[in-house]
Amino acid sequence: MNGDPADLTIAAAAAAMCAGELSAAALLDAVRRRAAATEAQLHAYLTLDFEGAEQAAAAADAALARGEDLGPLAGIPVAVKDNMCTRGMETTCGSRILSGYHPPYDATAVARLRAAGAVLIGKTNMDEFAMGSSTENSAYGPTRNPWDPERVPGGSSGGSAAVVAAGSALGALGSDTGGSIRQPASLCGVVGFKPTYGLVSRYGLVAFASSLDQIGPFTRTVADAATLFEAVAGHDPSDATSYRGPVPEVRSTLEAGPAGLRVGVVAELAGEGNEPAVLAAFTRTLEALQGAGAEVRELSLPSMSYALDAYYLIAPAECSANLARFDGVRYGLRLPGDTVEEMMAASRRDGFGPEVTRRILLGTYALSAGYYEAFYGRAQKVRTRVIEDFARAYREVDVLVTPTSPTTAFRIGERTDDPLAMYLADVGTIPCNLGGGPGISVPVGLDGQGLPIGFQVLAPPLGEAVLLRAARAVEALAGFSARPAPATSGVG
Amino acid sequence: MPVPIDIAKVARLARLALTSEEMERYGAQLGAILEHAASLQALDIEGVPPTAHPLPMLNALRPDEVEETLDREEVLGQAPDREGPYFRVPPFMEEA
Amino acid sequence: MGYEAVIGVETHVEVATRSKMFCGCPNGFGAEPNTHICPVCLGLPGALPVPNVRAIEATVSLGLALGAEIAPRSVFHRKNYFYADLPKNYQISQFDLPLCRGGHLDVETETGVRRVGLTRVHLEEDTGKSTHLGESGRIRAAEAVLLDFNRSGVPLMEVVSEPDLRSPEEARAYAAELRALIVALGISEARLEEGQMRFDANVSVRPEGSMALGTKVEIKNMNSLRSLQRALAFEVERQTPLLEAGREVEQETRHWDEAAGVTRAGRSKEESSDYRYFPEPDLVPVTLEAALLERLRSALPELPAARRARYRALGLEPDAARLISEGEGYGDLLDAAVAAGAEARAAALWLSGEVTAHLRRVGMSLASTPLTGAHLAELDALVAAGRLSATAAKEVLAGVLAGEGAPEEVAARRDLIQISDEGVLAAAVAEVLAAHPDELARLRAGEQRLVGFLVGKVMQTTGGKADPRRVSEAIRRAAQ
Ligand SMILES: [Mg+2]
Ligand SMILES: [Zn+2]
Repeated sequence: MNGDPADLTIAAAAAAMCAGELSAAALLDAVRRRAAATEAQLHAYLTLDFEGAEQAAAAADAALARGEDLGPLAGIPVAVKDNMCTRGMETTCGSRILSGYHPPYDATAVARLRAAGAVLIGKTNMDEFAMGSSTENSAYGPTRNPWDPERVPGGSSGGSAAVVAAGSALGALGSDTGGSIRQPASLCGVVGFKPTYGLVSRYGLVAFASSLDQIGPFTRTVADAATLFEAVAGHDPSDATSYRGPVPEVRSTLEAGPAGLRVGVVAELAGEGNEPAVLAAFTRTLEALQGAGAEVRELSLPSMSYALDAYYLIAPAECSANLARFDGVRYGLRLPGDTVEEMMAASRRDGFGPEVTRRILLGTYALSAGYYEAFYGRAQKVRTRVIEDFARAYREVDVLVTPTSPTTAFRIGERTDDPLAMYLADVGTIPCNLGGGPGISVPVGLDGQGLPIGFQVLAPPLGEAVLLRAARAVEALAGFSARPAPATSGVG
Repeated sequence: MPVPIDIAKVARLARLALTSEEMERYGAQLGAILEHAASLQALDIEGVPPTAHPLPMLNALRPDEVEETLDREEVLGQAPDREGPYFRVPPFMEEA
Repeated sequence: MGYEAVIGVETHVEVATRSKMFCGCPNGFGAEPNTHICPVCLGLPGALPVPNVRAIEATVSLGLALGAEIAPRSVFHRKNYFYADLPKNYQISQFDLPLCRGGHLDVETETGVRRVGLTRVHLEEDTGKSTHLGESGRIRAAEAVLLDFNRSGVPLMEVVSEPDLRSPEEARAYAAELRALIVALGISEARLEEGQMRFDANVSVRPEGSMALGTKVEIKNMNSLRSLQRALAFEVERQTPLLEAGREVEQETRHWDEAAGVTRAGRSKEESSDYRYFPEPDLVPVTLEAALLERLRSALPELPAARRARYRALGLEPDAARLISEGEGYGDLLDAAVAAGAEARAAALWLSGEVTAHLRRVGMSLASTPLTGAHLAELDALVAAGRLSATAAKEVLAGVLAGEGAPEEVAARRDLIQISDEGVLAAAVAEVLAAHPDELARLRAGEQRLVGFLVGKVMQTTGGKADPRRVSEAIRRAAQ
């Protein structure tokens, strides 16, 4: 076979294994070499477990030798964001407060990956408790963008985006609360897919904002994203918010093409707030879609302008309660204290970084007596408006599109002193989480500095089939095949 | 105008032992964020019901059945402090 | 000027489900510490709650029994406060959309039946248990605290009354009536000594006849009916002189110290609680369909008040009617005995007397004895037919309770059956009279005390198996 197996898509690697041209062990070895070459610079992994991975690869090879049909993920090296519980494997959420924490159970999504025969190679770096848009908020140091190590990979699932871009995993799982899959995918030039809220179980995903969090895949192609999605999606009785109906069938329409597809451009998110290069790539893609027979029109969704503010009240409010359990009593960091109250307050003060502290304070305030109605209560009503706006739009179009991120990857440190500027990076991705529907970012080009640009497709809840069909069409039309510069290799 | 906040009270409710310098900094940042969020007040939401959850779901319940429990040693192995079969913490300041 | 108390009671009851409220851990008392734990009830990162349907149904049953309005749509909220025995540092509870609202409980008091309004019944989760090491387990003197999370997440029902109670005695009667109802519905065994039922109360005092409400004080931590009454009595006595002296009662939360018999102010009252309730985003709303409500309604058993009324109609005294209604298994046994032909009052007497004494002696429950309603009916018939003396009947019952068989069987084996054949009895009497002509003559002459002597002789010759009452009647007849 030609080239480095670490650069294969999941589909190609599976096909090569099926054909006997590649073993899971050899594939793992290629990925291990790639990680060895890139990790010192990228710092995309928090934990690597090649010992466990070798066992999983050997099991896949043995099953392959017996002629068993293992499905499309058998023997495929994948990575998982460090906010998903992995039994016996350290799970820190990028936080000092969980340093050394080994969960006694697997998240449902992790268990399903294992059951599908995937080879779990490690846990990826992230903004602490998934709060951030750059992976700079990790207590263990930032991850760097494989396209330019001076720049951020986006966030909060920056590690998962970076490992897929760099070839130190063929696919990865991330979590998306306000764009934490799609934005880093955009900044790292890979596909990032947030499914409909409730399609992938949140059991074992360390919660940031429960009503917004959703697990989804990072891959190099839309088809691979569908493969990972199918492996982890589906009802889980351990998650009361897990969708009980059938998982949308996406395969049969994946290659249906853009002809006849009704595409709506969200006016509020596709204008001047975006960098010129981002806007140019977006427009080029729209024209290509139109040229291939899609029906493109512009739509106004007025509530989009309020979504960011609503999100930055709802998410912190939920997080302030979700993160209350980190108190030094049963697990995680404990600082000394004369009373249990002092111990808790000291442990939390030292255990959480500034962004997490800020959001806990914000959320606590927004829920406190006298402010609930003005802030949290109001934000929940705005959320209703966002949902209504989406529903109205989807009566006219099949999918909505926007640039994923208004900018390409920014420099490390550039926005860390201005939380509000950092929050604005999520303006295009947040409405999707408030609405609950699926969203995906597909790479469509590079800007003048050689940094990837993402194109976002949104669909109504459970509209995964039309979403992936549109995304696949965008992918085919854009023909994006660039890989990060080999500068990443050998640098330490 | 930035929103004034009793940051000491908020920090106490959130069980965060912040220094006064930290309180000042966070207080100012929160004020700015809330000032931005004040845009929400402009939106007419009279009679709009709140949404707690994006998809309308109901009655996700479980049958009253006993399932497997965790191994105590595995759990206590993660505890910062323990005494025999118990988690151990410093004394309580307040009464329940 | 007289003063009266205005009291409302908040009752927490652990629901007797098999598994906990939001996870599959066993719900049971007395297990080894930290063995009934899982990611959910231990608040591990990533764990999610799923509500127990049986706990919800039990709560709705209580609501139906209380005539409450059952919410068409109910929601769980997070109640946020940091406490070491609360693993998530929020309690999943209910706020503005509880399962049940309104309703009432009729309570018998010394001044008649009082109808106590109910505010709500809702469902929440219990906390873990903390043991304070150091000076006799006292919180303030502790050097460390040990935590056991077996109780964490046990379903807890909260019943909130309106401030309709007017004295500590009434509050106690209310709590007792509520407990009887909860036990009758099978919601909980409500064992106070195991903490399955706990009380908080609001109390204020005002001049009699006044409609205004005084400043109310919340008292926490009462774990028995007696301590509820004592704590309230203490508080009324503390507040009344303050008002008499024209002083203010401070609005605060106080804790009942059972050992010292006093309520004490909490240490940090300036830090008023701000629970930051918001809808639990990990859960979705609960709706109760009409069919389910109908099923639960038709499954309601006879309620304690109705049962007491029925027993009183059968001739039982009020105290006996209450005892039989509320004693575990007593009512069912009495009903079975009556169905088998027993006389209700006699059977109730056996239950409240010998049976209760026996159970107390052996420390067992009624259900664990072999006693059946048919046994009681049989015993009753033997006594009524004069075949068993009262003393012998007690002995027979003890034998039945000890598992020796049915009453007739036990009586026969122990040779306790009285002579019931009139001919045999008459022959025994005639024989004794014939043997004592002098005594018979003196009796005929009016020396009444000789009846006792002659009865004694008959008892001797019959080996004690004659009914002395009937023997004495026969001797008197013969003497006439
Ligand atoms: Mg309560
Ligand atoms: Zn549990």
